[in-house]
Amino acid sequence: MLKKISKILSVIMVATVVSLSLGGCTTGSSSDEKVVNLFTWANYVPDSVIKDFEKQTGIKVNYSNFSTNEEMLAKIQATKGSQYDVIICADYMVQLMSKQKNILMQPINKADIPNYKNIDTAYLSQYYDEDNKYSIPYSLGSEMIVYNPDKIKKDIKGINDLWDPSLKDSEVLLEDPRSVIGMALTKLGYSINETDTKKLEQAKDELEKLRPNVKVFDADTPHNSLINGDTSIGVMWGSQASAALKGNPNLKIVYPEEGMQFEEDNFIVPVKAPHEKNAEKFINFLLDGKESAEITKNIEYINVNTAAKKYMSQDLLNNKAVYVPQEEFGKAKHLEDVGIATKDYDSIWSEFKAYEEK
Amino acid sequence: MESKILKRLSNAYILFVFAFLYIPIVIIIVYSFNSTKSNVVWGGFTLDWYKTLFSDDNVITALKNSLIIAIISTFISAVVGTVGAVGFDRYNFKGKGVISLLIYIPIVIPEIIMGISLLVFFSALQMNFGIATLVLAHTTFCIPFVLINVKARLSGFDRFVEEAAMDLGASKFTVFRTITLPIIFPAVISGAMLAFALSLDDVIINFFVSGPESTTLPIKIFSMLRFGLSPEINALSTIMLLTTFVVLIASQVIKTNKNN
Amino acid sequence: MKKKRIDASKIVTTLPISFWMLFFVAIPLLYIVFISFMQRGDDGGIIYTPTISNYTKMANTLYVKVFWDSIVIASITTFFALVFGYPFAYFAAKINKFKIVILILIIAPFWTNSLIRTYSWIVILSTGGVINHALLTLGIIKEPLEMLYTYGAIIIGMIYTMFPFMVLPLYNSIEKLDRSYLEAAKDLGASRLKAFITVTVPLTMSGIVAGCILVFIPSLGLFFIPDLMGGGNIMLIGNLIRNQFLESRDWPFGSALSIAMIFIALILIWAYVKIVGKKVDMEVF
Repeated sequence: MLKKISKILSVIMVATVVSLSLGGCTTGSSSDEKVVNLFTWANYVPDSVIKDFEKQTGIKVNYSNFSTNEEMLAKIQATKGSQYDVIICADYMVQLMSKQKNILMQPINKADIPNYKNIDTAYLSQYYDEDNKYSIPYSLGSEMIVYNPDKIKKDIKGINDLWDPSLKDSEVLLEDPRSVIGMALTKLGYSINETDTKKLEQAKDELEKLRPNVKVFDADTPHNSLINGDTSIGVMWGSQASAALKGNPNLKIVYPEEGMQFEEDNFIVPVKAPHEKNAEKFINFLLDGKESAEITKNIEYINVNTAAKKYMSQDLLNNKAVYVPQEEFGKAKHLEDVGIATKDYDSIWSEFKAYEEK
Repeated sequence: MESKILKRLSNAYILFVFAFLYIPIVIIIVYSFNSTKSNVVWGGFTLDWYKTLFSDDNVITALKNSLIIAIISTFISAVVGTVGAVGFDRYNFKGKGVISLLIYIPIVIPEIIMGISLLVFFSALQMNFGIATLVLAHTTFCIPFVLINVKARLSGFDRFVEEAAMDLGASKFTVFRTITLPIIFPAVISGAMLAFALSLDDVIINFFVSGPESTTLPIKIFSMLRFGLSPEINALSTIMLLTTFVVLIASQVIKTNKNN
Repeated sequence: MKKKRIDASKIVTTLPISFWMLFFVAIPLLYIVFISFMQRGDDGGIIYTPTISNYTKMANTLYVKVFWDSIVIASITTFFALVFGYPFAYFAAKINKFKIVILILIIAPFWTNSLIRTYSWIVILSTGGVINHALLTLGIIKEPLEMLYTYGAIIIGMIYTMFPFMVLPLYNSIEKLDRSYLEAAKDLGASRLKAFITVTVPLTMSGIVAGCILVFIPSLGLFFIPDLMGGGNIMLIGNLIRNQFLESRDWPFGSALSIAMIFIALILIWAYVKIVGKKVDMEVF
């Protein structure tokens, strides 16, 4: 009796789990499906553009989101490069993925993407994928300084100025170890991808001097504390800088004289993408001049598409946060993966955050 | 005399705490009518965000998914958790100590660990990621909340009523249904409500075990952060709250009518 | 005859949960334990050479401080949640009508998205926010108060988020309290306060313990509230673990930290339940 009941119960339990699991199994998506699975930050591809694509091609877009590149990597690695068709992610991530033993991206067939010719050649052939074999640029972002001239009388020229003692307890920095440690390395004249332990030690000491000036760390909405008045100066991405100025038009944008950290976001296609033909159609559509201009208008990142310029409004072209002159790109600092030194960066960051003034 | 003052004080205190709980909610509602995109700067009054919300298929699909997952997970965890609490309270068995410890794990464990380990686990089982994997994951972290709540309510519960009923010939199931369950019911409901809240709000675990067609609301909201949280979400929250209260009031009205 | 009936219901009640916990918690957890003894590869992958270095690394004062700071925040949150939550649950439990309405009123705010709720607190507490605006307009203060991005702001945010997890278990426990015990105590001459301490508290102890556990444990790992309300100025275990997975891609170290955290949490619970049980002289949990 006892044995019978436990047997029945076990069978029921296993059956429940199995049926739930099987319920989760769809018979693998065929590539004829009129569907394309997009994976990138939310609102990074505007709704209007998505709807235009769906109307024009009849292909439905499943728009999945991640908040960080590393999350995306974890997911792609676990699913071995399947499930998603088009991913938009950062340049250093493309570099990282291309250096792995099993490359989870597939080469993109440019012959199927005629609009590829629209991309400004100045932004192609970058360090992370010199033949643009796996990646096609989508947009470009840079970190700049924004400050409130009503509260800060000093003339701010660059990263160096952030260390000024008069700025005590007034700064907002990005919650991003590479950005902040990069600033210290830049101040010392080193590369932001430095791996030498001695030089990193020096950076750590520099950061200790900066700590009293930092009031807020915020990777997502640094502009908020500037608008609210809780902070008076900060480092943030272009679109955030633009949002800051919308909230308080008196704020000023400064391109650091030492050069800015740039990040180029790219399309990549995972190696086992279920609908790669649709992926190509999608990428091609977004590279159209008119669509590209619409994208920039919404996301306010730097546009790398030559065909888009004639569709961009004067306001957009004058927006210092959005339209960064090409000379600045010449001074650009590009983030790369630092291999084993990553652990050092992590301890420096932990110590910096945990630092308490004596 | 004394009890009147006490009554006034206690009512005042309750109102004070409710105010504390609801002030941020009022802000959410107010900002759903904000004419600027910001969540901190007030522009002017507008209904635009409600219009955006209703035409935003992505958000609505995400909401639907989240609700389905929350309801199913809450239900399963309520059943398994309640039944398990009763079992733990009454019986000893080999391995009870281990299972008791395991119950605390989903509450302690950082979500990212749970998410990644389930991701690897489900991948190894060759499962497709979607609603099913999400329900399995959510149920797992909801069960402890129900179980701990119900167990607390059971503790110190005088069994003699149950034993009397059994001596009179009632089956164990009847005893459970007519005596035990009504007594622990508030704890089951509370546990379920907490579980529902957790499920609706989960981001990290969702991210790791969802598939391309099963995006959920909290993921959508959190990943909006990079470009600014749209007041559309305020509009959504306002509508969800409104719905909850309307249903609540309606059910109370029906109940009072039934009693009359 | 009777013995067989007991065994059947024993299986029905204990098997489902045991199965679920073993399958969906124990097995994934074993994976994490396994990884915690491995090493990080140069490119962030996992090298399968066993080591205990991930654990010995934690002996560093930096990491001890991170653990300690997290325990302190979780403890303060739990304490204030209890102090403010108990009277609330007590008075609310006395209300005899519309019990389900009260419960739903308590939990409804928490069915909105937590991110948006926390942003509302920023609107309330910031330099240009609601409170400062009101105080400045009324002339009560000349300069805005700096409330946000402080330790206090973190605690407020934490208490707010964890409040229902304390109140609901307390409510359940207090609600089933047999008032006749209190009557008896009064008849025997005990003052209100004495009756409260010697009768009410012990009888509601299981609710107190449940509430404390359901607040303390999740608070240990919660980091996005301290990040938003405190401006990311404090490094907590949750941040540290997250960074291992999402910044430095050191899964082994992250796993080790998590195991350590689970271990510490379980020990603290065990100690708490034991101490409380001894003081109240009954089986509390």
